[in-house]
Amino acid sequence: MGFENFGTVTFTSEAKTADFINYLGAGKVMATRCKKCGTTYFPPRLDCPACISSDVEWFEVKGKGKLASYTKVNYGPSGFEADAPYTLALGEFDGVQILARLSRDIGEKDIKVGMSLTVSPVKLSNNRLAYEFRQAEKER
Amino acid sequence: MGEVAIVGAGQTAFTRSCGMSIRELCFEAFKEAMEGLDITTEKIDASIVCSAPEYDKQRSPAGLISEYLGLTPKPSFYVETVCSSSTTGLRVAWSLIQAGLHKVVAVIGFQKMSELSSRDAAERMGRGGDIIWESPFGLTMPAGYALYAQAHMARYGTTEEQMAKVRVKNSHYGAANPKANYRKELALDEILNSEVITSPLKKFDCCANADGASCIIVAAGDVAKGISKIPIWIIGLGAATDTMSMAGRKSLTGLSCAQEAAKQAYKMAGIKPQDIDVAEVHDCFTISEILAYEDLGFAKPGEGVGLIEEKQTYADGKIPVNVDGGLLSKGHPIGATGGSQIRTIVRQLRRQATEAQVKEAEIGLVHNIGGIGQYGNVTILRR
Repeated sequence: MGFENFGTVTFTSEAKTADFINYLGAGKVMATRCKKCGTTYFPPRLDCPACISSDVEWFEVKGKGKLASYTKVNYGPSGFEADAPYTLALGEFDGVQILARLSRDIGEKDIKVGMSLTVSPVKLSNNRLAYEFRQAEKER
Repeated sequence: MGEVAIVGAGQTAFTRSCGMSIRELCFEAFKEAMEGLDITTEKIDASIVCSAPEYDKQRSPAGLISEYLGLTPKPSFYVETVCSSSTTGLRVAWSLIQAGLHKVVAVIGFQKMSELSSRDAAERMGRGGDIIWESPFGLTMPAGYALYAQAHMARYGTTEEQMAKVRVKNSHYGAANPKANYRKELALDEILNSEVITSPLKKFDCCANADGASCIIVAAGDVAKGISKIPIWIIGLGAATDTMSMAGRKSLTGLSCAQEAAKQAYKMAGIKPQDIDVAEVHDCFTISEILAYEDLGFAKPGEGVGLIEEKQTYADGKIPVNVDGGLLSKGHPIGATGGSQIRTIVRQLRRQATEAQVKEAEIGLVHNIGGIGQYGNVTILRR
């Protein structure tokens, strides 16, 4: 299986990184790391340009990240009309930055640059899969 | 190294719907670029055609445009860096001339966006990013810039009102530009009260899709002096890229491709930001112009808003910017935009600007960005 059921609209499905989708189905959001130089990649890639090598491994993006920026999109392009409004965000995690949507469970007033996030797989309609940011549990 | 000059610069009016085919659009721009030049079409050694694909159905437009402009059998080819395509074309023209391969080269940029609905056009622009990892989330061009806007606001305290003031200025100058699509002066309140497209960007923070074409005729120094009364010299060129994905960006408070391109262009020209008399910057959104002030060194990082607050980027200010109305007023026919910016600076340096002439302008700068900061070109011109 490739990316044919990833996100709202798939534009191309075949890639060496298709294992990402299997991991996502199993509840994990993964990134990659070059075994030679240790550089981490998101979007994941199985080729490291620094080493010109394909000796690359998967690792799970775990723990808390930080909201770097966000925007509430009110006007969706073709294929995304029914999704709008949706909030796109960039989250910084340990070693990687990720673009995804913010969960609709986060109240609009709670959204702040710098807030604590986690990233998790999410099921969309028609059995499509994606990942989204959720508000991290408050620390005691 | 020899000298290379711009001898001709033309554009069509930018409109929401031109009622012409792409070949006819290009001919109009070509006609204006050739006005007053002491050469015939046969003297043009090569043409470079610039646009972003998939807005019209024509594949390989270079062949079509070169035929319609009467440029066959001379070489013609296509250059693309989305919104910065035509200044990339200018860079290629410069190098072809410097290499001694050609003496005179035409750079033709065009886009006809009205053949698509605005949602379909937005989908095309969304695919000008990483189509496996980011386009499936519904990332759009305005949304990408909105991420920069929100990050700039969070880090520096930039406000929506300050961004809106960029549109107040540009709408003021655009009202006097006969080539501009949007020719109404906008008040601060109208901008702030317009509908939110992608927060914090509102309708009037955004430029509009348009149809249009531009044409720049570039020539080797010795030839340029013979065919043009006031050749405008290309003294600095900078070009750089940044990641296709937004996730790969190291900073969200400035465009690193623009910073790098500016550094190269200033170095090549042997000048500093303070030496620029007039600039055209890529204001696809109001925030983009503020980022440009900082990325080009007109202001320190985080202090760009001071320039607009103090009206220093108006025609009589310290560093006039987009005094033709910018993309915000003119509209943004992707492949034609860079050539239109170049045309404005050429007219400023020739003291022929009809909108707002900056007094005694000697050195001008063009900042033209492709996509959401994936490509950056900075060009410095001298009278």
